[in-house]
Amino acid sequence: MKKASTSFTASDVDHISHLAKIPVTDKEKKKLAAGFNTTLSVVETLSKIETKGVLPTDHVTGLVNVYREDEVDTKNVLPQKKVLSNSKHIYKGFFAVEQVLDK
Amino acid sequence: MTYMTLNSLTLKDAITKLKAGEISHSELYKAIENVYKDKNSALNIYLSFKEGLSEKGHAQLNSSLAGVPLAVKDNFLTTDFVTTASSKVLEGFVPPYESTVTTRLCNAGGIVIGKTNMDAWAHGSSTETSDFGPTKNPRNPEYLPGGSSGGSAAAVASDMCIAAIGSETAGSIRQPAAWCGCVGLKPTYGRVSRYGVVAMGSSLDCPGPITKTVEDAAMLFSVIAGKDKYDGTTAAKDIPNLTSSLNRGVKNLRIGIVYMDHPKLKGTLLSESIQNAGKKLEELGAYVEMVPMSAQLEKGKILNPDYSVGLYTVIQRAEVSSNLARYDGIRYGNPRSFFGDEAKRRIMLGTFTLTKGYSDKYYLHAQKIRTLYLKNMHDLFSRYDALISSPSPGFAMKIGATADNPMFGELEDMLNEASSITGLPGMSVPCYQDPETKLYIGLNIMAAQWQEEKVIRIGYAFEQATSWNPWISK
Repeated sequence: MKKASTSFTASDVDHISHLAKIPVTDKEKKKLAAGFNTTLSVVETLSKIETKGVLPTDHVTGLVNVYREDEVDTKNVLPQKKVLSNSKHIYKGFFAVEQVLDK
Repeated sequence: MTYMTLNSLTLKDAITKLKAGEISHSELYKAIENVYKDKNSALNIYLSFKEGLSEKGHAQLNSSLAGVPLAVKDNFLTTDFVTTASSKVLEGFVPPYESTVTTRLCNAGGIVIGKTNMDAWAHGSSTETSDFGPTKNPRNPEYLPGGSSGGSAAAVASDMCIAAIGSETAGSIRQPAAWCGCVGLKPTYGRVSRYGVVAMGSSLDCPGPITKTVEDAAMLFSVIAGKDKYDGTTAAKDIPNLTSSLNRGVKNLRIGIVYMDHPKLKGTLLSESIQNAGKKLEELGAYVEMVPMSAQLEKGKILNPDYSVGLYTVIQRAEVSSNLARYDGIRYGNPRSFFGDEAKRRIMLGTFTLTKGYSDKYYLHAQKIRTLYLKNMHDLFSRYDALISSPSPGFAMKIGATADNPMFGELEDMLNEASSITGLPGMSVPCYQDPETKLYIGLNIMAAQWQEEKVIRIGYAFEQATSWNPWISK
């Protein structure tokens, strides 16, 4: 099989799993790496297409600078109780999040 | 008319009969509820379903949708129903606000009776990646319904609703409509609001109707289409009156057949069916010819779909990784460890293609190729009013076909990807049924951006001139 120019290993999967905050087991890592290599080998076909001087697409139907009035839309605001209604981690009317900074 | 047949009414006929007093809401809802009780546990179509809504429907008799029962894919936020996008990450989630599409359906007098199964997060083309089990194809339960809007297509095909709503990123309306033998309309990107739809690929996602007939699709389109102040990517364009265009015919329309000479399709029954559809449209007065494929951008030729698989994969995975970053398990839902295998694969690959050192190689390069695809379509639509193809390379596959195939969906959708990447409208209508398996092939009709009118005209003319649509008796 033709090898993709970028080849994934289990340790690459480790790195990406950290960036994406997706926990994976050791068993999953091998399988994911193999899957990524399959997918990237399909993606590699794009390298055959010459794009010198071509501008990237920003928006497919060509919309630019869509603005709205800077006003509070009172019909579309949610009460605090409703906003918190789906969370399992509430503290005194706030969302409780994990600590991200060291003490 | 008996209870058992009312559920098979088309949207148009159900509204007409309700308004004329020929049938009652209680009879109609009873018929739908009966088929739900009879078949849902075996086919796994609805993730949630509400009985006893007929009075609510009756109260809408004088509205445009007259209180008909509708099914909606489970990635549309609905305050009356749990919304999961078929993922355990969102199990039990009751949205605090309503999507624009379901709001518009409701304002027009439609009644949402249930939420339909789908590939988890709309990641797939089989409905087999749902965390709540696969849906089975009502035409033949040994087979998959397609996806990701497989539940909505199956709800229509089994007459478990009068009409349904799905959403498409690349094929997710048209491919399940084809596999289940019904009609699926994917509007132009930005024609229908994505507000309150669980996002997959934000530069591609588009809600649309899955219905029994082309006319029904035109009717639902007119309800849901149009600028929405809550979605900045919706365009302030006039909405064509598709129902009044139905009868305009195809005379003198220039139609190109694409991809049917691809090595994987050449000589197949599918390719033959699409070419037969082309002949039928020619008989009806259109000019029809094959459009050759090319490996590089060339005037009058269509880029080989093999490239669009890679292109779509890069753009979609990148957008998935960004969109699914919001599921942190803090404000709602379960932690990220609840993501299934397919979501994990897509989030992680997308994250990789956007990392420093790789984003130019993959993402930026892909967005440049997307510009070439837009040029390609611009050139082709200066020559043709519409392009026709199939929304899938084959018939429905058997249950289990997607196991351990990280590219199943992309390969399945290879014939739709170029049209989705370029934001085109497209519609699948039945164009062949296998007499043995009872499975269908769909005809995919695509036009330039904002030209849903041409798509509808061609679809309607074909539907009326052939006997493939099971709801239209000859």
